[in-house]
Amino acid sequence: MSEQVLHYPIPNEAALEPPAEWAELRGGCPVARVTLPSGDQATLLTRYEDVKKVLADPRFTRLLNAPDAARLSATDDGGLFNSEMAAIIPDGGEGHQHWRRLVGKWFTAKRMTAMRPRMARIADTLVDELVERGAPADLKAGLGFPLPVYVICDMLGVPAADRDRFSYWSDTLLNLTRYGKEEIEAAQAEFFQYMSGHLAAKRAEPGDDLLSELIAAGGPEDGGLEDLQILVTGMALLVAGHETTANMIGKMVAMLLSDRSRWEALLADPSLIRTTVEESLRFDADSGFGLPRYLREETEVSGTYLPKGTTVVCSMAAANRDESVFADADRMDLTRSPNPHLAFGSGAHSCLGQALARTELQVVLEVLLRRLPTLELAVPVEELERVEGLAVGGLRTVPVRW
Amino acid sequence: MKVTVDEEKCCGAGQCVLIAPEVFDQRDDDGIVILLEAEPGEEQHAAVREAAAVCPAAAIELTGRD
Repeated sequence: MSEQVLHYPIPNEAALEPPAEWAELRGGCPVARVTLPSGDQATLLTRYEDVKKVLADPRFTRLLNAPDAARLSATDDGGLFNSEMAAIIPDGGEGHQHWRRLVGKWFTAKRMTAMRPRMARIADTLVDELVERGAPADLKAGLGFPLPVYVICDMLGVPAADRDRFSYWSDTLLNLTRYGKEEIEAAQAEFFQYMSGHLAAKRAEPGDDLLSELIAAGGPEDGGLEDLQILVTGMALLVAGHETTANMIGKMVAMLLSDRSRWEALLADPSLIRTTVEESLRFDADSGFGLPRYLREETEVSGTYLPKGTTVVCSMAAANRDESVFADADRMDLTRSPNPHLAFGSGAHSCLGQALARTELQVVLEVLLRRLPTLELAVPVEELERVEGLAVGGLRTVPVRW
Repeated sequence: MKVTVDEEKCCGAGQCVLIAPEVFDQRDDDGIVILLEAEPGEEQHAAVREAAAVCPAAAIELTGRD
């Protein structure tokens, strides 16, 4: 690595393509010094084996609020990862496992399969509305965004009518560059207040939802969670249920339509939907910031010494293009199997909502292939634009016609 | 083929159940893996191999010649 320090996130012109730097970094500088938007330094990992190992290694913690951890955003302590709130959910060990299992039971494959018909109904209704308004349409605003929001609101028992406020709060937590410190703090305080009120209402009148059941499980002495942990869990799930899958739906459809032979392959053989969803997750060159970790003790990665206090950024998207693991890594192969991509992370902290996300992505594809087989991009692929500054990457709009 | 699962490592991602529902399930009370079939039939081998390969917690181990 030369003296020149790379700025991260790496700017990229083409919305669906990876930056050239990924391959160079994997090949020649897999443990790279980078400068974050805050001006702080971090260590970027781009190789599959390194990213997979570090994400599953408990010495690499999520305690990004440590005094010597790199700040990700230009604001002092704003943003999802540096927030005090992130520390309220136990980071590791038995405490984390306990939390994970209490909440994880709501995201099992079986539960998601049971939710499929309802998801399909929501998607069908949203497609009806798209068709009614006529082409061209923005698939992100019309389908990608509302579907996961309706589903997570349903699971948490919060009114979908409040969704505009949720999406603003999510954005302030997940956007690393767009908002100032005061605006972020005000939004977080409002969101906190809203969720406190919601939990008080659920306490008084429990429903058939995740938060009501977490309350019903009692406090830590009864094997449940503390009130504050329930509150933060509710906020975290609402945020996580917003931008992630919402943006992925838009990106997945854009990837499939950008080379329409992919869409046609799916029309000819819808049994490819499952592997197509996995390949879209792997192939997503704009998955966002990656996952930051704070190293509590010194260690080494791929032969490079990392001192205690290092902030590491794991680029799952770069790792997912690693030729040493994925043959023809830069080709989107809708039949790829097995596909051990790292889009959901790895190890004990891998995405809690991954079965939900997978199911939503599969349902969206099923419904679109059935309802709008003639779907195509309404603009040249070069005109697709990324949202800047978001921890979770996405396209601004996905203009389509049919 | 013999399948073993590590409940301690399991993170409840549910990939195994989505891929090989006849071999794996998840407990209703915490989402942790349940092994339904420790010696699955030949017709399940491909799915079980895929489930083991993509398990984010590396909690599925396969032994035996095929």
